[in-house]
Amino acid sequence: MTQVLQENRENIGKSKLIQGRKPRWTWIACLAGSLIVASAIMAVVGFNVAGWAVLTALFYVVSNYAVTRIMENGRKATDQLWTNLVVGAFLVALLPLISVVWTVLSIGLPGLLAPGFLASDMTGITGAVDQASVEDGTAILGGVKHALIGSLVMTLGATAISVPIGLLTSIYLVEYSRGGTFSRAITFFVDVMTGIPSIVAGLFAAGLMLTLVGPGDNVMGFTAVIALSVLMIPVVVRSTEEMLRVVPNELREASYALGVRKWRTILKVVIPTAISGIASGVTLAIARVIGETAPILVTAGVAVSTNWNLAKDWMMSLPVYIYRQMMFPTAPAAPDASEQRAWAAALVLIIIVMLLNLTARFIAKAFAPKKTGR
Amino acid sequence: MKKLRFAQSAAVLSVAAIALTACGGSNNPTTEASGSAGGGAASEVTGTLSGGGASSQEAAMTAWADGFSSVAPEATVQYNPVGSGSGREGFLAGQYSFAGSDAAMDAEELESSKEVCGPDGAFHIPAYISPVAVAFNLEGVDTLNLDAETIAGIFAGKITAWNAPEIAEQNPDAELPETPITVVHRSDSSGTTENFTDYLTAAAPENWTYDVVEDWPQEIVADNAQGTAGVVGLVSSTDGAITYADASAVGSLGTVAVKVGEEYVPYSAEAAAKAVENASPVEGAAENDMAVELDRNTTEAGTYPIVLVSYHIYCNAYEDQETADLVKAFAEYVVSEEGQSTAEGSAGNAPISEAIREKALESIGGIGVQG
Amino acid sequence: MTVTSPSSGLHDPRSAAGRAGDKIFSGTALTAGIVILAILAFVAVYLVVESIPALTAGEGELSHGKTSFWSYVWPMMIGTVIASAIALLIATPVSIGVALFISHYAPKRVSQAFGYVIDLLAAIPSVVYGAWGMAFLGPLLVPIYAWLSENAGWIPLFSGGYSQTGRTLFTASVVLAVMILPIITSLCREIFVQTPKLHEEAALALGATRWEMIKMSVLPFARAGIVSAIMLGLGRALGETMAVTLVLSPGALSANIINVGNQTIPSEIALNFPEAFGMRQHELIAAGLVLFVITLAVNMIARWIVSRHKEFSGAN
Repeated sequence: MTQVLQENRENIGKSKLIQGRKPRWTWIACLAGSLIVASAIMAVVGFNVAGWAVLTALFYVVSNYAVTRIMENGRKATDQLWTNLVVGAFLVALLPLISVVWTVLSIGLPGLLAPGFLASDMTGITGAVDQASVEDGTAILGGVKHALIGSLVMTLGATAISVPIGLLTSIYLVEYSRGGTFSRAITFFVDVMTGIPSIVAGLFAAGLMLTLVGPGDNVMGFTAVIALSVLMIPVVVRSTEEMLRVVPNELREASYALGVRKWRTILKVVIPTAISGIASGVTLAIARVIGETAPILVTAGVAVSTNWNLAKDWMMSLPVYIYRQMMFPTAPAAPDASEQRAWAAALVLIIIVMLLNLTARFIAKAFAPKKTGR
Repeated sequence: MKKLRFAQSAAVLSVAAIALTACGGSNNPTTEASGSAGGGAASEVTGTLSGGGASSQEAAMTAWADGFSSVAPEATVQYNPVGSGSGREGFLAGQYSFAGSDAAMDAEELESSKEVCGPDGAFHIPAYISPVAVAFNLEGVDTLNLDAETIAGIFAGKITAWNAPEIAEQNPDAELPETPITVVHRSDSSGTTENFTDYLTAAAPENWTYDVVEDWPQEIVADNAQGTAGVVGLVSSTDGAITYADASAVGSLGTVAVKVGEEYVPYSAEAAAKAVENASPVEGAAENDMAVELDRNTTEAGTYPIVLVSYHIYCNAYEDQETADLVKAFAEYVVSEEGQSTAEGSAGNAPISEAIREKALESIGGIGVQG
Repeated sequence: MTVTSPSSGLHDPRSAAGRAGDKIFSGTALTAGIVILAILAFVAVYLVVESIPALTAGEGELSHGKTSFWSYVWPMMIGTVIASAIALLIATPVSIGVALFISHYAPKRVSQAFGYVIDLLAAIPSVVYGAWGMAFLGPLLVPIYAWLSENAGWIPLFSGGYSQTGRTLFTASVVLAVMILPIITSLCREIFVQTPKLHEEAALALGATRWEMIKMSVLPFARAGIVSAIMLGLGRALGETMAVTLVLSPGALSANIINVGNQTIPSEIALNFPEAFGMRQHELIAAGLVLFVITLAVNMIARWIVSRHKEFSGAN
């Protein structure tokens, strides 16, 4: 009894709400303890960084759970455990991703900063040129202008075809169909389409254009656009469909109740509500196809000079450029030059997608409704 | 929100900055005006010539396309390295005016070539010759002498350590470590694998029982990588690894001198060209068809038997005069001394010999117009 | 107080423009669906026609003396499924965790930036992931393989030696997991933030902890979306070509996932298609058809799972 009184006296000035709570610094204590225990074990079995980090994390999660359980209660402990796991998942995910980005940045940046890298194509760059620049230590010549333009033009072409078709289809599926045979067929076949191996899409497009325009002329940017669209449409449909489905029915019903036509409801209520998800899905779809190698190789060929025209002549694209430069160097005896260009091109590709993503987000923001907690 | 917008504009600005530094202007070397060798006839052709096929020729083809544009400024050549099979198919479908292929067309394909090429069909020119080096990464050893059976034993997984008696016997001077042998082969179908296994089949029938294949036999469990650059890269980073690769790409790796007759022959351009020169024409081929059957078992001194021959396949007759002239000019340029040395400078392949050049020029001279 | 002007189509149910708009809109939506069906029909016809010669070929007609097409494609089917399954096992919990972190745990100010970063990672081309796996991840995993082979060799998955270069099916699976992680995360996050605020607040008001709130309101609401996201990731993993091609040293089918060997269908196609001719080409396209069927089966299973939980979907 006296003890309780004493405790109460100690707690004078603190809110009753934080009674029975572990102090804020608990996690630091847990972490420090785990670090020490892990170091001790590592010292016994032989030190390595990976094992040390894993053990520390493990001990931290366990000790944090135990401490919370003792000082607070089981429910709080479970909550603490899951918080740790979620944050842990995030940290684990960051590791490889940072590693990939770091690899690309550290190898690609010097190439990207080489003078004229974005303004040059590969006209006149032969193995002899590469060998000379590697031997003399001069700047590596050649660049990605042709591949950059090719990639942009072809991807925008594919987006212009796929996004309207994909968006409208998912609107049909979510808003108009009533679960009939036709909508089930579409859903089914969109699923089928996600399973088309990319090389098959390329072969299909090449075959289709071969019958339409004849041999020779069928190798052009537009053929690649078709192949990419085949790959892109299902991704757009599936992600958009999902985003439209989670728009609450109350919003639609409220709109109908005001006497608004269905199509205006969709345009003014449903799509704006889902626009950020749609933009995200479209970005993912673009990201999916802008990195495709095989279908572009068989449809648009390989070019060394710049071509803006989708409907005529061969076109280069960034992934094809990266792949060819990496696996089949221009100068077999001096592959370093090609490797540098390949990584720099990979960096360019990532930057492009980043910019596309930004654009999509700005568009989404412009259309999105004001967020005031639904 | 403000922070995010700041981050976004920072990203845009940094990208713009990179773009500005990188866009200092094109760095492409300007094409030198024609005028040197090459001949006046070639410089008059115009148009775009499309070809496709073997990726082994890609480096050389880049050099040829570039060199040809300085001989014939009005003409451009584009080459799609889709692979030999796809190249031949595209050629037969009329998509490409010429094909590059690591393997000669079979009778069936030659028959169907009559559809696009007129009644005389198509013919082969051995335009790209490259020795296939057996390359290894072994500390302190730069070259090894091996006979065919030993090479086959290593690649079939029967000889597993570098100090095995079979290897030591032939290399009394080399200091061979105990390191286990890591065999690295091509994971993709390739003409290099086909030529290499062709050699093993002919010269080492005892240890190599897997026949001539484009894909490495699945029975042999071994490391592998895609493409010449892939296998060379893997061998360079693995101690005790051995592979076979286009000689131009092996760089600083050690290489094997192959036993031919009684002596050991290291790979060289001359030794490779000699192997092609001594090869016999494919049976039943047309007069101007230069598809060859290499004699892998040769005992002739100074011949390196593991050679990759990649052909250019042309039609005997094209649909119009313009294309025929263009093809003719390009084909002549490729086999010309200048063309071959340009390719050698870039791709490191072996230039064709004078005898082959003469015969090739004769065959190319016969290209005409259908009808 | 008039809310709108009477001439606005927005609020006049009888306006002709409104009715026409409805017709046109539903019409175009329907057309888009039909276009998709048409494209797919073309692709399917192309695939089937090109595969028939390989599917019907008897002994002796196939390349490399294979006895039947199925004996050729069977090991690769297993390889493809195993690689994708491992990738999903690794990627799914991690990406759901990351998505939850971004949507419900991270401070509001930084969560958007994190989401943006994750989206970007989906944009890294597969060639780059492949090169990264080949040059960086493979060698990094070799000591772990050595340890597994030594200490867990009694498990069939790890028995029978390990690769010195790290170019194994397991490495390929890890690379695939890294590749699909951003895809699953991105979609899951979008779904999680769509959870009705009322549900969340109701749970919290009843005294639920954050985790209980997520378990009770967010996850049930998002279940269909999660499955959908996983399936999109799986689709990418099944069909991924370049990354596997670069990372894996293919070979015959084996239970050992830490040594060289095994092969996936897309990688087989990519490696061999360029040099393929005649029957070999038909074989590879037929292998593509098989992959197509596998993906289809997986998707149908997913659809079935989703349909059992339809009541949670907002639009129903």
